[in-house]
Amino acid sequence: MIELDQVAYSYGGGELLSDVSIRLTPGSFHFLTGPSGAGKTTFLKLCYGELRATSGQVRAFETDMRDLDRDQMAMLRRRMGVVHQDCRFLDHLPLADNVALPLTVSGRDLAQEQANLTELLSWVGLSNRASALPPELSGGERQRAALARAVIMSPDVVLADEPTGNVDWEMSQRLMQLLIELNRMGKAVLIATHDLGLIRAAKSQVQARVLRISNRRLQLAGADL
Amino acid sequence: MNAILRLVMGDAQADRVVPPTGFTARLTLFASGAMAFLTVFALALSLASGRLADRWAEELARSATLRISAPADQMAAQTEAALTVLRQTPGIATARALSNEEQAALLAPWFGPDLPLDQLPIPQLIEIIEDENGFDAQGLRHRLTAEVPGATLDDHTRWRKPLVDAAHSLRRLGWISILLIGGAMAAMITLAAQAALAANRQVIEVLRLVGARDTYIALAFVRRFTIRAFLGAAVGAGLGVLGVALLPAASDEGGFLTGLGFQGVGWLWPAFIPPLGGLVALLATGAAAQRTLRGLS
Repeated sequence: MIELDQVAYSYGGGELLSDVSIRLTPGSFHFLTGPSGAGKTTFLKLCYGELRATSGQVRAFETDMRDLDRDQMAMLRRRMGVVHQDCRFLDHLPLADNVALPLTVSGRDLAQEQANLTELLSWVGLSNRASALPPELSGGERQRAALARAVIMSPDVVLADEPTGNVDWEMSQRLMQLLIELNRMGKAVLIATHDLGLIRAAKSQVQARVLRISNRRLQLAGADL
Repeated sequence: MNAILRLVMGDAQADRVVPPTGFTARLTLFASGAMAFLTVFALALSLASGRLADRWAEELARSATLRISAPADQMAAQTEAALTVLRQTPGIATARALSNEEQAALLAPWFGPDLPLDQLPIPQLIEIIEDENGFDAQGLRHRLTAEVPGATLDDHTRWRKPLVDAAHSLRRLGWISILLIGGAMAAMITLAAQAALAANRQVIEVLRLVGARDTYIALAFVRRFTIRAFLGAAVGAGLGVLGVALLPAASDEGGFLTGLGFQGVGWLWPAFIPPLGGLVALLATGAAAQRTLRGLS
């Protein structure tokens, strides 16, 4: 599904990631850990094509990302759900429209998707905030909305950067449950997080691999988890 | 083709994802309106100059004057000889010696109405009207030199050409002005579009992130600017036409300055300005959008 083969990424003369190889296969569940600035966000951006690898190969859905033109990249991103750490939204649109944005840009009939949208907003606890504008939302609400937007198209892959960083334990478990449900439907999930408690809780419900970025390299995390 | 259809038909959802663009909207409206207003006047000037050049060229090219300066006792004979030559010359429709009254009328502005022509050595003038083929002025001069020594042919070329050239230059100037106005309008709309695109960089990044194609994003901006430019140009062109309509009507007394308006189907020309303004905006915004989008991953 997504495969990184000996990928390196450099920026400003320094190498941020080196010799990274991994395969995110259908139904796989990965956590990505590492200290701040280790390169977790960079790794995610390489996976969905916002950054281009300096060397090595990134393949998504059997295609080398370097071979994709801009339209093909857009089509590819419709198969990926991405949660940014900074939860970017269109500030002039209500929350419901922001969550439905992937449907809008792909030309889906929003009337037909209304039931799914309502159910998803309810799942992430934002039913009563559907008409709020993003600047009016709290950090936790923004994260929940970002996750809802990432999964509304039922993507093949979900890439999430600290998706539970600003929510309470109960809500983080609820959001994890949503991702675990998607994973059980055969979707690949990769979550970058500092929250080891979240990882431990999730591992009791799903078979997840834990990866760590350390010294610019990707490693399988050991027994400390 | 699909993109053009979407541009014309519009997409309410796509239009909503681009936030209101504030001052760039007003700048586009004002710039296109002002440019359209100026274009109407440049167009009026160009068309009026064209008409003037054509009229001068036609009127002056179809007439010539033969002046006979001879002693009084030879004047009648040389005039008759000249008329004979002229009647035999191909390309001349009519040739007529002006009467004393007509010559006096020509001189009246300078010497007054009571000029005693019969007591003054005034040359005899013969008015020549060409047919559609025109005559060979050089050949006629040679023949007149041999047969009517006192005759001087003036085919008006000497002063007709600078006048017609000046009118043609004015027409060219009008068209160049229109091109420059179009270029300035494109530049202003490009700047406005670039400002709007730069201000909405985060919006564009989010749209790219969720799988929006460049055409989708570009169309949302292009459509907005095209419509604004069209509306601004329509208002500007309308006001321009009103201004031209209020100019004094063409008259002989007023000369060139009173003939600046449109005539006949010429009034339809300003109708092309709003669509052209929209087209300029479409191309300018499209190019600006493509440049901006290429800079994003």
